[in-house]
Amino acid sequence: MRKFKDNMLRGLLWGSAFVSVAVLVIIVGYIFYKGFSYISFDFIFGDYSPTGGGGIFPMIVTTLLTILISLAIATPIGILAAVYLHEYAKQGRLVRMIRFATESLTGIPSIIYGLFGAVFFVAILKLGMSIIAASLTLTIIVLPVIIRTTEEALKTVPATYREGSLALGTTKLQTLIKIILPSAMPGILSGIILSIGRIVGESAAIFLTAGTVAAMPTSIFSSARTLTVHSFLVTQEAGDIGLAAAVGIVLIVIILVLNLSATYISKKLNKADY
Amino acid sequence: MNIQDKNELEQQISKGNKRKYFLESLSSKVFLACALLSVISLLLIVGFVFYKGSNPFITGGYSFFDFLFGSDWVPSEDKFGIFPMIVASIYATIGALIIGVPIGLLTAIFLAEIAPKSVAKIVSPAIQLLAGIPSVLYGIFGLAIIVPFLQNNFGLARGQSLIAVILVLAIMMLPTIVTVAETAIRAVPKTYREGSLALGVSQIGTIFKVVVPAAKSGIMAAIVLGLGRALGETMAVILVAGNSLIIPTSLTDSVRPLTTNIALEMGYAAGTHQEMLFATGIVLFSFILILNFVLARITAKGAQ
Amino acid sequence: MTMIVSEASIFNSTTSATTDTYATKIQVNDLNLFYGEKQALFNVNLDIKEKEVTALIGPSGCGKSTFLRTLNRMNDLIDGVRVIGNIHIDGENVYESNDVIRLRTKVGMVFQKSNLFPMSIYDNVAYGPRMQGIKNKKILNEIVEESLRGAAIWDEVKDRLKSSALGLSGGQQQRICIARAIAMKPDVILMDEPTSALDPISTLKVEELITQMKKDYTIVIVTHNMQQAARISDKTAFFLNGEVVEYDDTNVIFSTPKDERTEDYVTGRFG
Repeated sequence: MRKFKDNMLRGLLWGSAFVSVAVLVIIVGYIFYKGFSYISFDFIFGDYSPTGGGGIFPMIVTTLLTILISLAIATPIGILAAVYLHEYAKQGRLVRMIRFATESLTGIPSIIYGLFGAVFFVAILKLGMSIIAASLTLTIIVLPVIIRTTEEALKTVPATYREGSLALGTTKLQTLIKIILPSAMPGILSGIILSIGRIVGESAAIFLTAGTVAAMPTSIFSSARTLTVHSFLVTQEAGDIGLAAAVGIVLIVIILVLNLSATYISKKLNKADY
Repeated sequence: MNIQDKNELEQQISKGNKRKYFLESLSSKVFLACALLSVISLLLIVGFVFYKGSNPFITGGYSFFDFLFGSDWVPSEDKFGIFPMIVASIYATIGALIIGVPIGLLTAIFLAEIAPKSVAKIVSPAIQLLAGIPSVLYGIFGLAIIVPFLQNNFGLARGQSLIAVILVLAIMMLPTIVTVAETAIRAVPKTYREGSLALGVSQIGTIFKVVVPAAKSGIMAAIVLGLGRALGETMAVILVAGNSLIIPTSLTDSVRPLTTNIALEMGYAAGTHQEMLFATGIVLFSFILILNFVLARITAKGAQ
Repeated sequence: MTMIVSEASIFNSTTSATTDTYATKIQVNDLNLFYGEKQALFNVNLDIKEKEVTALIGPSGCGKSTFLRTLNRMNDLIDGVRVIGNIHIDGENVYESNDVIRLRTKVGMVFQKSNLFPMSIYDNVAYGPRMQGIKNKKILNEIVEESLRGAAIWDEVKDRLKSSALGLSGGQQQRICIARAIAMKPDVILMDEPTSALDPISTLKVEELITQMKKDYTIVIVTHNMQQAARISDKTAFFLNGEVVEYDDTNVIFSTPKDERTEDYVTGRFG
């Protein structure tokens, strides 16, 4: 009887795993199947034309711009905030409050960030629907990601490094710059890569703050669409699944490359310990 | 020891130290400011959303009760009731929970405990990758495959429906649940398994009686994360929900969850209408807070 | 073991170099230390002489390491530590001065386990001087060579200065740590059980090095190993429950201690 139950459960485990993998394979397979014929040099590097077809270069540029701007702001702030929390702060109320705040920020759905950005950055700060408004919104979205991963990375730096350096008459700042940050760098980098993934995958917040203009942005104050928003809009407005799937392929490849580099970097981290 | 060297070193030291202490205190203040920025942005977002969203009820004379439980949302007629959306959000999330959580957890257990190493080595990273792809892609798949399938096989006028939303969300949360739960199960110490196996308990028995309970708090975290993702998902849902403003009574009804209401109307809303969208945001926010609160309670219990 | 056999001869050599030939380097008066509410050191009074090796012994948790770390204020790094009392080094009050950097350049430290940075041997030794603003290549080269020679490891590593310090054996790493401390040209070197992680042969090498170094430096060493204290130190302080039970010439402590507890400890009756 027990044997029977065991076998049934075992079968259930295999079955569930099979369903999960099958569904996910079908999704990726379908996207590649539908979109693959669209992929060409012109598709990637051509300008978009609303009259059908057209390349996705403007969306690639927009995506890159949002990544660059939001990381340019969030990375230094996030790393320094983590440094404060882990290296400087006396553990107490203030630190608990800051931790609570960053953790809560992680849990907020992106549509609420979008709601906030659409009124605060777009209307009140008069940035308009623009790449800069979207990037500022994204900055707040990725900030907690960077803080958390940097803190994790700082935790892996042996305490003896700090003591060893300080005992030589160096300041905390020198120790931080010369010893601690270099040792934590691989972890910090994989946090940044994670954030890039988050930005690339983001749709709702960008949709409400950058708008939907399908043209090459002329400045960071232009309204524009990122790749993800583009794949959404061509599906919703034009019902062009093939084109959306082609954009999807580009997105999946980007995420794949990001994941592989994060894995590569964290492998290097383990090797760096000798 | 060379005396000249020593003097030079000492001179260097006393010259440099004043500047060093200055930099030291300056840098620590900069670091603190950066940390406070994250608190400020949270306060700003929460404060702003609540301020905007509560305005119609405080100064505009609208009833909060009517907002929550009213069934008509007609901004042009000054009617703002979000009850259908609340129901749609709850149904969609619970539906996704019922389908996605068991499959996801069983898959995680499979990968962590009984999958051959070679299989787990390929499947785990692949699923991790899928947790990272834009959720919009799941919506596109839903619109291209699930919606027509429902339309053709169940004789619906439109395939966009509650069940389509549930399926898309269940699929979307699978990778998140699998990845987080698998990590939690793998973190259970080997000695637990060995202890149970040594007592003659079968492998399957050990997994369900010892390993899974030991990983309980991590598994709960996985479920709540997955649910949070489902509850907050917007763009993928727009594509398959149908967006009708009715209280769903069957799985095949077209629905409009809270998130999609915000995304669909934010573009043109102004005045009270816009503030009501913020109020919708507050409700969504409250659901997420409740979820996180439940998670915190569960993890606190697990830690005991 | 051979170490015990040689004990007597080392005793003789240490007695000849002892007492009052040198001035007081470190003067500790009524030192009390608290971790939050818990008191870890009680009224410690010690005069540590220049260019001698002073050993701190006692069972674990007796406060000897905590005391050592007050001498270069490494306890400052721990939240909630309070120090009452005075430590004068060269007549200057350590806890009244605000210049911790200068204190730590003057008082070097070697830790229980090698804590070399993940850098080359050269960069490890040059790290301290560089952080003090020395950029001149020639001067740095000189300092590195001099320090490595001072730590008796120059010949072993001179051909691989640019390779990672973490590739060396434990004993070599610990001697590089000593070289790294010497590179700051300190007056005092604190050692916190520097050989506890080493094999007997590496331990002997480090001990030899310490005996050579005392002609240039004042050395304070915490050790668990009583033979080690006997072999290398001029003075020994026995700590118990945060108090100094007895402090005297090493041969007195190990042959005719005045306190019963000291006798019990050095004869191995507890610890």
